Amino acid sequence: MDNPTGGSKRLQLALLASVFVVAACGLAYELIAGALASYLLGDSVTQFSTVIGAYLFAMGVGSWLSKFVTRDLVGTFVKIELAVGLVGGFAAAGLFVAFAANAGPFRVLLYSAVFAVGVLVGLEIPLVMRILKRDVAFNELVARVLSFDYLGALAVSILFPLLLAPHLGLVRTGFLFGLLNALVALWALHLFREQLARRTGLLAAGLVSVFLLAGGFAGSGRITTLAEGWIYADDIIHAETTPYQRVVVTRWRDDIRLFLNQNLQFSSKDEYRYHEALVHPGLATLPHARRVLVLGGGDGFAVREILKYPQIESVTLVDLDPAMTHLFSSASLLRQLNGDALNSPKVQVINADAARWLEDNAAVFDFIVADFPDPSNYSVGKLYSAPFYRLLSRHLAPHGMTVVQATSPFYARESFWTVVATLEDTGLKATPYHALVPSFGEWGFILAGREDYLPPETYAVDLHFLTAATTPALFEFPADMARVEVEPNRLNDQRLVRIFEAEWRHVVR
Amino acid sequence: MRRREFLASCAVLAVTGCGEEPTALLPPGELSGNDLKSGHRLHLGELPPPTEIRRVPVLIIGGGIGGLSAAWKLERAGLRDFVLVEMESAVGGNSRHGENVVSAYPLGAHYLPLPTREARAVRELLADLGALQGDPQASAPHYDETMLCHAPQERLHIHGLWQEGLLPRLGVDQAERAQAARFQEMMAEFRAATDAHGRRAFALPVALSSSEPRWRALDRLTMRQWLLDNGFDSPHLHWYVNYACRDDYGTDYRETSAWAGIHYYACRNGEADATNQAGHDAVLTAPEGNGWIVRKLAQRFADHTVTGALAFCVRQDRQSVGGRASSRPVSADFYLAGENRTVRYEAEHLIWAAPLFVLPHVAEDLPAELSATARAGEYAPWLVANLTLREPPYSGVGAPLSWDNVLYDSPALGYVIATHQQLRMAPGPTVLTYYQALSAEPPGQARERLMNTRREDWAKQILADLSRAHPEIGALTQTLDVFRHGHAMIRPLPGVIWSAARQRLAQGWGRMQFAHADVSGMSLFEEANYRGVLAAERVLTQAGVRFSSSLG
Repeated sequence: MDNPTGGSKRLQLALLASVFVVAACGLAYELIAGALASYLLGDSVTQFSTVIGAYLFAMGVGSWLSKFVTRDLVGTFVKIELAVGLVGGFAAAGLFVAFAANAGPFRVLLYSAVFAVGVLVGLEIPLVMRILKRDVAFNELVARVLSFDYLGALAVSILFPLLLAPHLGLVRTGFLFGLLNALVALWALHLFREQLARRTGLLAAGLVSVFLLAGGFAGSGRITTLAEGWIYADDIIHAETTPYQRVVVTRWRDDIRLFLNQNLQFSSKDEYRYHEALVHPGLATLPHARRVLVLGGGDGFAVREILKYPQIESVTLVDLDPAMTHLFSSASLLRQLNGDALNSPKVQVINADAARWLEDNAAVFDFIVADFPDPSNYSVGKLYSAPFYRLLSRHLAPHGMTVVQATSPFYARESFWTVVATLEDTGLKATPYHALVPSFGEWGFILAGREDYLPPETYAVDLHFLTAATTPALFEFPADMARVEVEPNRLNDQRLVRIFEAEWRHVVR
Repeated sequence: MRRREFLASCAVLAVTGCGEEPTALLPPGELSGNDLKSGHRLHLGELPPPTEIRRVPVLIIGGGIGGLSAAWKLERAGLRDFVLVEMESAVGGNSRHGENVVSAYPLGAHYLPLPTREARAVRELLADLGALQGDPQASAPHYDETMLCHAPQERLHIHGLWQEGLLPRLGVDQAERAQAARFQEMMAEFRAATDAHGRRAFALPVALSSSEPRWRALDRLTMRQWLLDNGFDSPHLHWYVNYACRDDYGTDYRETSAWAGIHYYACRNGEADATNQAGHDAVLTAPEGNGWIVRKLAQRFADHTVTGALAFCVRQDRQSVGGRASSRPVSADFYLAGENRTVRYEAEHLIWAAPLFVLPHVAEDLPAELSATARAGEYAPWLVANLTLREPPYSGVGAPLSWDNVLYDSPALGYVIATHQQLRMAPGPTVLTYYQALSAEPPGQARERLMNTRREDWAKQILADLSRAHPEIGALTQTLDVFRHGHAMIRPLPGVIWSAARQRLAQGWGRMQFAHADVSGMSLFEEANYRGVLAAERVLTQAGVRFSSSLG
């Protein structure tokens, strides 16, 4: 029609506004799913790429399906709106709870939810276009609908990282957009009241949806707490978000655990195994060691082991996060665990980026412990490179030695041997070994120095795990962890980061 | 019409969602650039007569990569008796850099691709400076790992997402992808193409390229025309090729010579040895861009360098032009702005390493043909902005924050992260270097706009452009400095590179050698270096100094 009536014009406007909301909601669900997957599974690049890929594909499927809708366009539109609102709105909460409760394969649920929302959103836009087509010329129509579609997406892409994710949280944001979808459905019901035959059923469904979503919105704080409680299984006795990470300490009876970004750092049940294996095979062979440097290890456990040697005169601990070193030098429960190591007069605590501190200082040490997080991103990966190890070796006394935690030679075999190859690339002699830490599984360490290494014949200090007799076995690598020939980790390539991610992906469900 | 109003109000809603009034919160900063004021004094004349005469065997005018490379070659051959005179307050030309409490950062060129096999002098220079280890002329030398650009190298913001690499892939359909693949194949063929004499079709340095007409013919059409002639009509591919022309030549692909456009993809065959694990597209970089090379050379030649000196009268003893020896065949007068006086340098040899367009303004009795060629060059103006950020920008959705970050459909060329090469576990404050070649309008008009636009207006445009990918950029930016290059690059329009008149510049003029990338018609580090070393070697030959050539 060339001359639409005022009523139909208002209708068009309302539908275009709903396109705006629908597009905004669609992108929001996609961003929420990507962010939630990154939050729970780590590796944001993979999560976002696969979520977006699945979503775009599903939208295509939805558009294709729309051609099968031939009758009752408006009624179908309302139903789809309600379905998007419910599925999208509850997706974040549902996924979070499912992950926490260990209910079913998380990835299957995640991609099913993304796919379902994608199909429904893909259906919406063609339907709106067809409803509008009755009044507007096609070119004009496409232009209008698409510009509202993009505007909606733009609004959310700006609001999501700035306002929604930080202030509302992912779960509540999900419910908010679900509510918006449901309200659009109700609005459409009102606008097309004259054209719809069976309006009562739809109206009831719409009101129930709004009620459910509003309930979810109001209760989402409780859902998150509940789910986080399940994730950690135990009571959370400390939780804080620092500029660098999320620090959570849990307790169940006498088992205290530290999680950084949800990755278990230690369990007080068996951490001595990790820290004895980290420190003693090296330090016990250095009777003349006086000065020790610990990079990372803000929990103070490695320092506790080092202080067992009375001849050690000074320990310098360089950890990035002041919140960590503060926590482990002030909370009495944690000070009991680390023997109050961080408050020892021999210990100097420095909060700095390890490489920067090494670049800016000239101090030389007899023993250096590099206890960094695993190489799961490009920034941390740089601390597993030959240039970093060269920098580190400049701080090593002539007969000194360094030890590097190097992830699991069992679960991440290629990663482990990549770190060995990288240390060897700097000209240092590398001696790899491993120990069983029940909370982590088989774990790997690498000693490196300018001289050949021989394991200690005795341990002069009090230990719970290592004995002189069992120590040689640590240096034996059975066939399932044996060396694989791999290239060193290069800064311009960082293959370690990619290998590490691929290897752990097979381990974590 | 009501629809438009509604649309507009939606847009306002969407934008004000960020909550900030952009004009009120513009970060502070400086507006600087090449010293145009002193340059323009050339037009005014009326500079004081010399109060002092200094004599030196070799005089180099211009301290960009050409002049520094000439100095490097002279010193390597044992000729230490030269003076390098620079108009600006610091040497470096397009490879200059700045520094603040957060990081060093580029003011111009920010990387050097792995040198080609033909770029022998570049390889020798890199070996001398420690970035290349072992035999510099090996087919695949070893490079210092810390100088190779760290992973992840580059990403493109397209359709609201970040993808790895600059060739658009996200949202690009099958037909367009097939065109892109065919384009890459053709470029690989051009890269491998050689003539009967074994010269590559597209060599770097350009002068070593094949002279066969079938290749030279490409210098007669534009890059866009070449794409269309070869059946390439994919909009994404056109964007990609245009990006390369804007990035390397400051010139739109509608104007760039097809020979130059193809050269960008076809010339680079440099490799690193297997232990480097570097692809053929690897580049060398540092926080200060190519400034690390300038810094090292400037230190080395500090005692030979005079800065803040404007050459305004360059003469050649006519007798010497015929080749007969004379006591002091060349002289040049310099106005020292800091001392408000003029000194005259008299020299046996002069290496002119300043842009060629300046020459007709200062050289007496310059032959008409040389003058015409020097005046014929058009120059692309550039803007380089450095944004100091409280913390790195939010990486966004998709590929992670990389060294080079490009926005699709942006008037600018994207940004590089100065702190990318640091070994840091938690990236802190950083400097982001934003590049824009003003290639969308005629160069004169663009230069006028570059010079007459206030920093605040540039800042607004830059922040608006970046906020498409980083809505929070305004809040993160603490300072925003704008550096202007009025005549950044000679424009390789069709016919410029292979014009017979430009070829003759390579012969020099009597006791004067030309050591600037302008001689090549392409503003590339490798060209400036080649021209500088070539000029130095001609001087060494004329002066009877024995040396081994760096050019093979």
